[in-house]
Amino acid sequence: MEPEALLSVRELRIAFDGIEAVRGLSFDIRPREVLAVVGESGAGKSLMARALLGMLPRGAATSGTISPDLSAHRGHRISLVPQDALSALSPVHRVGDQLAAAVRSVARVSRKEAKARAVAALDRVGIPDAARRARAYPHEYSGGMRQRAVIAMATVNEPGIVVADEPTTALDEEHRDQVLELLAEQREAVGAALVLVTHDMDAVGGHADRVLVMYAGRLTELGPADQVLARPRAPYTAGLLASLPRNAAPGRRLPALPGAPPAPGTPAPGCAFAPRCPLAAGPCHTAEPEPREAAGRLVACHRWEELPHPAHDLFLQEPQPA
Amino acid sequence: MSDALLDVRDLVVRYGPATAVDGVSFSLAAGETLALNGPSGCGKSSTALAVLQLRRPSAGEVHFEGRELTSLTERELRPLRPRMQPVFQDPYGSLSPRHRIRDAVAEPLKVQGRWHPADGPARVCGLLDRVGLDPAYGDRLPHELSGGQCQRAGIARALAAGPRLLVLDEPVSSLDPSVRAGVLNLLADLQDDLGLGYLFICHDRTVVRHFADRVIEMRDGRVTSG
Ligand code: SF4
Repeated sequence: MEPEALLSVRELRIAFDGIEAVRGLSFDIRPREVLAVVGESGAGKSLMARALLGMLPRGAATSGTISPDLSAHRGHRISLVPQDALSALSPVHRVGDQLAAAVRSVARVSRKEAKARAVAALDRVGIPDAARRARAYPHEYSGGMRQRAVIAMATVNEPGIVVADEPTTALDEEHRDQVLELLAEQREAVGAALVLVTHDMDAVGGHADRVLVMYAGRLTELGPADQVLARPRAPYTAGLLASLPRNAAPGRRLPALPGAPPAPGTPAPGCAFAPRCPLAAGPCHTAEPEPREAAGRLVACHRWEELPHPAHDLFLQEPQPA
Repeated sequence: MSDALLDVRDLVVRYGPATAVDGVSFSLAAGETLALNGPSGCGKSSTALAVLQLRRPSAGEVHFEGRELTSLTERELRPLRPRMQPVFQDPYGSLSPRHRIRDAVAEPLKVQGRWHPADGPARVCGLLDRVGLDPAYGDRLPHELSGGQCQRAGIARALAAGPRLLVLDEPVSSLDPSVRAGVLNLLADLQDDLGLGYLFICHDRTVVRHFADRVIEMRDGRVTSG
């Protein structure tokens, strides 16, 4: 039996001026899981995340359902760790006061109790001497400490879901792993599910339970992270993984996906990935593939059974003639 | 090493009281890729700027094609600058937002007086084609290109100057991994064909390991290994 869903997204569509950026997306978030959402820029993953939080930009037209709708409980039952740690903190208020205000915005507790929870949250994310540091302003924190404070802010009210939108994009490798570990640890501590939106496949391994791969506003592959990483079934996932230098065979050329994702609003009649897909044939050019159960996961591809493993050679391109 | 394309000795870069680069030495041959790797703030980008003489070093020597650059005046450097070209991380930031791609690529030719109306446009098309961009993109503005296409245009512009050395400062760090692989392949092909030397600044160890012939690790302005 499928584990019960904490939140269900069904047939979500998000459009701007009639141009669809998310085009019929369905998936569940399960209690306490880490769900990585990966795809290239423009895949619609950040918009989807914003929709969960009720933070879509003005002018967005949506259809489909997100249930339960937690957008009225942002900061309480669902919270955001944004990409830019600085923008999440007000420069003119003490860090502890900002956390305490967040606590009091959702719980009827005394100021003293709110402060105590704020200090506890800072302590939990590993800020040394938290009681004293709670009285400091964000600019008195190092970059790493600010990042921690933002994570404390997102977890102080013990939400059921934490959404982290590209939390590591601006960081180097060392810091990336630290932040991912801290997020995973805090998720564990407060018992939340974590939705980790990233364009970096490297950030998924070892950190996520399941991975949702998106392309052109749709689901391409969704399944257990270890299985998807070890043996992708959708050509797009295979291409993304093959293009990582850490997976590359010796030799200088890397497998690469040719071209770029389609601009929103220019749907071809068939599979959106077809122009870049080395397996594209027949039905790929006429019908958009729907997600189906395959190999213990969901895969949206007409020809997934034809995908070789490993698929690196499919994505190797000859050097251009000089 | 006398046949080195680039030979950096005891380079020091200070910003006021802070020392960003503290006695760094390395050399680089034509056709070779040397990576500078390390966490942000380790001094790798300051090293790149000092090699290019975009930031004059506080001490040390930079020998490029046999000439010592730190002792040269701005005027004396001018004819050498086209031979060492930077490619930066932000592909949009390194191209003027109001100039069409073809004009951006043509500019080094014009600045150097190598632009001839008879064959200039064809040369620009050739450069765009060389970096895997459809010459039709020449009519576009930078924001009308994807990040990867824009970075390719930046590389075409660098090539237009006729360089021997490319200083690549996190050239693929803002790109999606799938696009990143294509740009790295392009750089590898260009090096094979043209024998360019690459000073490759990158914080991502998996990229560095794959792409570079040699790696220098930096931390706190110093070389820790390599
Ligand atoms: S449906 Fe066809 S084009 Fe699309 S990913 Fe599968 S094989 Fe490729």
